[in-house]
Amino acid sequence: MTDAILSVENLDVSFQSHNGLIRAVRGVNFDLKKGETLAIVGESGSGKSVTAKSIMQLLPKKTTVINNGSIVYEGEDLLTYNKKEIEKIRGSEISMVFQDPMTSLNPTMKIGKQVMEGIIKHQDVSKKEAITKAKELLELVGIPNAEDRMSSYPHEFSGGMRQRVVIAMALACDPKVLIADEPTTALDVTIQAQILDLMKDIQKKTGTSILIITHDLGVVVNMAQRIAVMYAGQIVETGTLEELFYESNHPYTWGLLQSMPKLHQDRSVPLIPISGSPPDVSQLHDGCPFAARCPYVMKVCHSHMPDQSKLSETHSVACWLQDERAPRVEKPDLGGETVDRTETS
Amino acid sequence: MVKFVIQRLGYMVVTLLIIITITFFLMQLLPGTPFSNPEKLSDRQLEVMNAKYGLDKPLAIQYFTYLGNLIQGDLGVSFQSQGRTVNAMIGERIGPSALIGGQGVVIGLILGLILGVISALKHNTIFDYGAVFIAVLGMSIPSFVFAALMQYYIGVQWGLLPAALWKDYSYSIMPSLALSVLVIATVARFIRSEMLEVLGQDYVNTARAKGIKEVTVILRHVLRNALIPVVTVLGPLAVSIMTGTLVIEKIFAVPGLGEQFTLSILVNDYSVILGITLFYSALFIFVIFIVDILYGILDPRISIGGGKKDGTS
Repeated sequence: MTDAILSVENLDVSFQSHNGLIRAVRGVNFDLKKGETLAIVGESGSGKSVTAKSIMQLLPKKTTVINNGSIVYEGEDLLTYNKKEIEKIRGSEISMVFQDPMTSLNPTMKIGKQVMEGIIKHQDVSKKEAITKAKELLELVGIPNAEDRMSSYPHEFSGGMRQRVVIAMALACDPKVLIADEPTTALDVTIQAQILDLMKDIQKKTGTSILIITHDLGVVVNMAQRIAVMYAGQIVETGTLEELFYESNHPYTWGLLQSMPKLHQDRSVPLIPISGSPPDVSQLHDGCPFAARCPYVMKVCHSHMPDQSKLSETHSVACWLQDERAPRVEKPDLGGETVDRTETS
Repeated sequence: MVKFVIQRLGYMVVTLLIIITITFFLMQLLPGTPFSNPEKLSDRQLEVMNAKYGLDKPLAIQYFTYLGNLIQGDLGVSFQSQGRTVNAMIGERIGPSALIGGQGVVIGLILGLILGVISALKHNTIFDYGAVFIAVLGMSIPSFVFAALMQYYIGVQWGLLPAALWKDYSYSIMPSLALSVLVIATVARFIRSEMLEVLGQDYVNTARAKGIKEVTVILRHVLRNALIPVVTVLGPLAVSIMTGTLVIEKIFAVPGLGEQFTLSILVNDYSVILGITLFYSALFIFVIFIVDILYGILDPRISIGGGKKDGTS
């Protein structure tokens, strides 16, 4: 696609461990378009964070093996970049917001200085200009008394305020891509909403593309235009928000939707969890990794990985149920009324 | 802050008073008298000697007299060295001790820091294992073993440095090195584990994600935070340096405070023992005091004396 600002193609990441190679990401493909928000959804250990970190090359070098693939940002493959080149991209072109604001700020450095660090690195500005810019950023993310707070330390902030600071830091050099790795997981529900609103607001103002990593479908509904569902290091289904919520075609996506509480549903109706637990990624077989938990499993699922089937321009799914020889199955009731964008945004 | 300092000074005085009291009475349990060959002295001579040094008075009176003199800064006179004051003896012995002690700490901190940082950054490589090996050796082998080995090889076999005695600066190098071994080992081990912990912290990744150089990340974000807990071991290290000098000075025949101290204990020179004990204690208490203040300066999360900052989280 031509309007993609960031394309991840065939990314394959493994870690060396005492128990052999752990294949965390196995052939992931996706595009992030200019100005859009793409959500990567999946359970813990599905490889979403690893995908995000490999874009920024923040994975430990010693144990990480990137076997294959490319990460193309504005026509150039980031994986071929050397240390110096990637440092130039980090924080200026592509920024990252981390999961836990309580630990993602340096406890012994003043907030202002931490925000200014990136500005001074990437922009040719005087110290005074950097201070002004940092102050503006803190104001932009909604920190009251930004001027005074510049000289505060992280422990003098609440969790939500810290996440605002982290976002301010990420925005320091007007990045074209913002990667948010579970930005609200460690926050209270009310604060979560504030942070998501802030990110949407900033996207409106700056036009930055956001790649949001989450396991919370509520966050997805709130933020994303497109979704990629990840399972055991692979993307099993991608599509627009509507396609995934109304027309999803992968049993795993169905499982995720069924296990999500719905606003208009009677509370006496129990949620349906996905039985079993994600597979051990160090011991994967050739078949579909979801086969062991899939209620619609067929013989072929255990031995062969299905190809991606394109259902529409934006919607594709990797499941043997799409094969013409497969039996037609009845989709479970997914309570599609959950997608009510007017209410949440 | 001012309140904290005054309060701490008060505690320091009380601590010293307790140390003096315990040492004063404990010393009476030492076998023998301060006078050499008392069996050769007649009763009359002993009486004169006792009267001269105030030893004929009841113990309680002796104790309070000592305290009274101490307040005026007078540590008394030596029983053994004719007419020499303890103040003067400490004054002339402190130089060599301070030199080798100070050098030992500085060498130890620098080498320990380098060793610790290397082994943390090269975690689980041959460098790391080597550094850990050195650190374990340094921790577990007493300094006098190193001292003797150094004397034999560096001093005698290779003749690089004088093996003992105290004439010019070169005589201070080997004792300092012997003292620094334990400091190197302790600091290296501590820095290594603290660095490894900080390297795993999220904020290090945040810093990297900003695009700043790896060297800057290490210096500005990792080392600073890793060094804070290391300050806490400075106190105990000061103690080991002080006790270390007792042995090391004896081995290298350095005319320092430690050597005088061991000598005085052997000959029951009460006032000198008391004086030097007091001096060591005061020094140690002072080091701890400085460490506490340093901690508050280095770590903004710690406010000294319940200060003005209030954490909102």
